[in-house]
Amino acid sequence: MALRLVTHGLRKAFNRRIVFENIDTSVSEGETLLIAGRNGSGKSTLVKILCDVLSPSQGSVDITGAGPLNAFTRKALFGLVSPYLQLYDEFSAMENLQLAAALRGLHGDARIHEELLARVALDPKRADPVHGFSSGMKQRLKYALALAHHPRILILDEPMSNLDADGMTIVRGIMTEQRTRGILVVATNDLSDIDVHERKVDLNVRA
Amino acid sequence: MSVRETTTLRWIRASLAVFLKDWRSELRTRYAMSALVMFVVTTISIILFSLGGEGASPEVLAGMLWVVIFFAAMSGLSRTFVMEEERGTGMTLQLLTPPGAVFAGKLLFNLVLGAGLTLLTVVLYAFFINGFIVRTLSIFLLTIALGSVGLAAASTIIAAIIARANTKGTLYPVLSFPILLPLLMTVINATRLASDGAPLGEAAGEFQILISYIVVVITVSTLLFEYIWKD
Repeated sequence: MALRLVTHGLRKAFNRRIVFENIDTSVSEGETLLIAGRNGSGKSTLVKILCDVLSPSQGSVDITGAGPLNAFTRKALFGLVSPYLQLYDEFSAMENLQLAAALRGLHGDARIHEELLARVALDPKRADPVHGFSSGMKQRLKYALALAHHPRILILDEPMSNLDADGMTIVRGIMTEQRTRGILVVATNDLSDIDVHERKVDLNVRA
Repeated sequence: MSVRETTTLRWIRASLAVFLKDWRSELRTRYAMSALVMFVVTTISIILFSLGGEGASPEVLAGMLWVVIFFAAMSGLSRTFVMEEERGTGMTLQLLTPPGAVFAGKLLFNLVLGAGLTLLTVVLYAFFINGFIVRTLSIFLLTIALGSVGLAAASTIIAAIIARANTKGTLYPVLSFPILLPLLMTVINATRLASDGAPLGEAAGEFQILISYIVVVITVSTLLFEYIWKD
């Protein structure tokens, strides 16, 4: 059974301000879901709800085709890259990757971590503390963190944020690869970030 | 290895990862430790100057010891959650690991930090404050051990509650005081018994209260943490 991410009547309100409501969508393995909307339309809020780090005011997010899920296996399905996801600045890039694996209850594989850092062109800086990184380097490290456990659902919020041309090329490669092995969710207000998508939630229409 | 065993191992590994992360982070930044040590040294110095070489009754000295420990804990034990919120790494933790593992790791960190804080305070207090004598060491050691566990357990869940508030600094002692009051009254009473030279059996009631307090606080915290941690 193919992996499927389904939302049923999602609604989110902060006090009396309704951010969005009646979000019904689904995306299956091999597909891309685009979440479009201008600043403040609720893209990041929807992303947080999909990743299960924020509770919806109403509605639910269901995952089918992933087998029985517990607290760890559910979290392991997701990889997230977003501007508001912060790294541990006092640790190095390598230590951040090892820490993320340990927090997932796994033994980190140093060889895989080195390969990931090489892929995002951070291998020369692997032992440097992250507080010395530029915003673009931090964004690259977030990609390495998101991919380290081979997530079946990769969620990218503003995927090209802070990246240079080389970084954008790396990210396009990651997006293409993810489409072949799982679900890709992209939240952006710049439609040039994404080439193809099968599903779309337009929060401008709903706002 | 069964699925249950694997999951249990992952819980243990994740909880230890939270603890070790906080510990290594603390060793590199000295964020909470500096505040705790400075607070203890400053407060004991003020008590020393205000007493001016004159003694005070065992009741007063026992009370003052726990006043120092309480306020030092208020200045340091909230850092474990407040730091995550201030740096914005709370969501990273939420994304990577289940709430139970976060709570267990943070509790373990506060237990170690709380034990260190209590030990430092007791050593400095016993060394510098005239008239603070412990006649029943067993009561005193048990009181210190149980008091520091209770203080760390309650401080951890209160820190999780206040971490997202705008007025964290003020809210922490205000919210902690009523929750810690039964603990403080009991440990002050037990410390006074230790100073008076009471036999161990006379403090049994105090120890029962302390153990019950710890069990209740940790159980309630474990049940409520997920709702506090997730928006």
